[in-house]
Amino acid sequence: MRPLTFPRGIHPRDHKEATNAKLIEDGPLPDVIILPLQQSAGACCLPAVDSGDKVLVGQKIGDSEALIAAPIHSPVSGTVKAIEPRPHHTGLKLSSVVIESDGQQKHVECKGLSANPSPDEIRRKVRDAGIVGLGGAAFPTQVKLDPPKGQEIVSLIINGCECEPYLTGDHRIMVEEPEQILDGMLLLMKAVEAENGYIGIETNKPDAIEAMIAVTEKYPDIEVIALEEKYPQGSEKQLIEAILDVQVAPNMLPCSVGALVQNVATSIAVSKACRDGLPLVERVITVSGNGIATPKNLRVAVGTRVSDVIDFCGGTRDQVVKLILGGPMMGTTLVGREAPVVKGTSAILALTNDEIAKVDVHPCIKCGKCVEVCPMLLLPYRFGAMVEFGVFDELEDNHIFNCIECGSCAFICPSQLPLVQYIKLGKYSLAQSREKSRSA
Amino acid sequence: MTEEKLKISPAPHIATTETVENIMYSVIYSLIPAGIVAGYFFGLRAIALIITCILTSIATEYVFQKVRAKPISVFDGSAILTGFLFALTLSPRLPFYMAMIGAVVAIGIGKQVFGGLGHNIFNPALVGRAFLVAAFPVAMGSWYQPLTRFGVLTDASTGATPLALMKFEFETTAISSMFFGQISGALGETSAAALLAGAAYLFYKGYIEWRIPFGLVGTVAGVSGIMWLIDPGRYPDPVFSVFAGGLILGAFFMATDYVTSPITPVGKLIFGIGGGLLVVVIRLWGGMQEGVMYGILLMNALTPIINRYTRPTTFGVKQ
Repeated sequence: MRPLTFPRGIHPRDHKEATNAKLIEDGPLPDVIILPLQQSAGACCLPAVDSGDKVLVGQKIGDSEALIAAPIHSPVSGTVKAIEPRPHHTGLKLSSVVIESDGQQKHVECKGLSANPSPDEIRRKVRDAGIVGLGGAAFPTQVKLDPPKGQEIVSLIINGCECEPYLTGDHRIMVEEPEQILDGMLLLMKAVEAENGYIGIETNKPDAIEAMIAVTEKYPDIEVIALEEKYPQGSEKQLIEAILDVQVAPNMLPCSVGALVQNVATSIAVSKACRDGLPLVERVITVSGNGIATPKNLRVAVGTRVSDVIDFCGGTRDQVVKLILGGPMMGTTLVGREAPVVKGTSAILALTNDEIAKVDVHPCIKCGKCVEVCPMLLLPYRFGAMVEFGVFDELEDNHIFNCIECGSCAFICPSQLPLVQYIKLGKYSLAQSREKSRSA
Repeated sequence: MTEEKLKISPAPHIATTETVENIMYSVIYSLIPAGIVAGYFFGLRAIALIITCILTSIATEYVFQKVRAKPISVFDGSAILTGFLFALTLSPRLPFYMAMIGAVVAIGIGKQVFGGLGHNIFNPALVGRAFLVAAFPVAMGSWYQPLTRFGVLTDASTGATPLALMKFEFETTAISSMFFGQISGALGETSAAALLAGAAYLFYKGYIEWRIPFGLVGTVAGVSGIMWLIDPGRYPDPVFSVFAGGLILGAFFMATDYVTSPITPVGKLIFGIGGGLLVVVIRLWGGMQEGVMYGILLMNALTPIINRYTRPTTFGVKQ
């Protein structure tokens, strides 16, 4: 069968060859763990421990009463050294719980659910385990498992696209732990009472497709879907369009079309939480780029500093020009190596000069390439001009809030215009003026 | 640890290697066959005319950028391309000073007064040509029989273009002559083969898209074909209509100019069809023998409004 896909999008070089055949290794056990209290979309957590407290692996160190929030747990046993602002990948200093490890790795008592848990039990466990979407958006998972009244989820889609270049963590998980992905998937389907399950995988991962087909063969309501290798295939709305052939309306959630999308790594986290009671304290990341001495796929504790991870991979070599947390299309550049890995971190990339975009900005020549590739059917060049000239009132009319900031337009632009930056600025300015008019 | 020098920037961090320069120079290269054919049929003076136009365009761009205190970008390819395209619309023996005036107008009035690259409304090369047609109508309307092997044109070799022969004498020209270039006309409009070879290269590179050129050529062929079927004695056949005059040059190299043509797919089609209708109307019922230039310039003026009304429906909104 021909692989499915969505219309438009781009084909960047995938750069996955450095790590896509490497087994996932256990990462370093660091002396110090830094856990920012904001690790998911939604509310910031309040600390549940005090400076000087002894903590165990899996012990809750932060939580929030808010609806959209996820608790945070310690990945090590040791002592809370401080609760203070620490460097974060955004470049800011964010309030963080700093834990000094005692190297013992003593666990709190973990208990899984019964063999046949109810939907409510699963949802509660997912929340208690602090599970968030591990594809990058870090949206609290239990919120997605609890759709608004009247909206039923028919299809669960497990996202194994991993369309960002360099990233191979999800690929390796699918090859090495397909049974656990399936187990998490069955639990998720049960939690939302979904009828069908799909696992979407790009065709550049044939071994992952094979592995997932092998474990799901006996399940008639689960189908492995081969998808074309294209960016942003792993974007929620594009994935739904490719597999279910339906578009999610602007400002609406996937549940409005009866769909729920969860990443493969999130699925494993759900399985671990429900079966063994383990909270989300570690994740698989890819450490790659020409600037990394030995690129690897690593299972690291959330809160491990970037410097510890890079040292574990033999340090950097050549002149590293950009250090990126996440993929090269949507990741964040780091100002240094002090920031920690958080729940939403998919990769640490050390890129050299010949790997990154050369910025040589020209005026827009209206070539229309941004319009040709935009998966959301927007006119990105218009946003650039509107923001540049301060014409903010037309932005909304042109559906700026439907932009998913995938970066396809900026990638393809021959004038190298920072279109995503313009769009972010436009969204921010609009939100500000809305706020103002509301308070006036 | 010593402070690392890291670049901080918004995503994405990787990009295509395609640049504005790549595109501009590719279009310039795609015109070289047409330039060589012009030299072959109209003599080395034709080559000299092309070079004059290109150098004048570069100089004009430089002066404007200097005066406006803008960064000098005369070698980004766009000025060279405008000069080249403009030259290809000229009569082979046009005096050099006229060509230079036209090139100054093309870059100065056609492009720089709007703010330079990317901001102009009309195709600069056609603005230059339109100015010359108004300022020097006789010189711009004098055509010559082609020679061969880079010979020298003389006054004795004047000859009407196929469109003029058709319009005023009801005389058709052999399609093969028009295809390979043995016809009188502007430097770049004589050989359809050379132009189409260049256009094929641009299609292969993905720099031009079918909607505008095929919309234009298809409309000209379709509408003039209908007229030909109605009255074959009075109207030329559609193949003639396609290969005569500047249609191939205009459709594939001028109407496809990114800056002055619509961005949306539907808009491109409207632009092509609208331009084609104007060409046929001017050619068959207007006072002039050729309508490609005004057809494209008029559609250039409509481009912003075409873009506005052909905006794609955004993702997730039912049409």
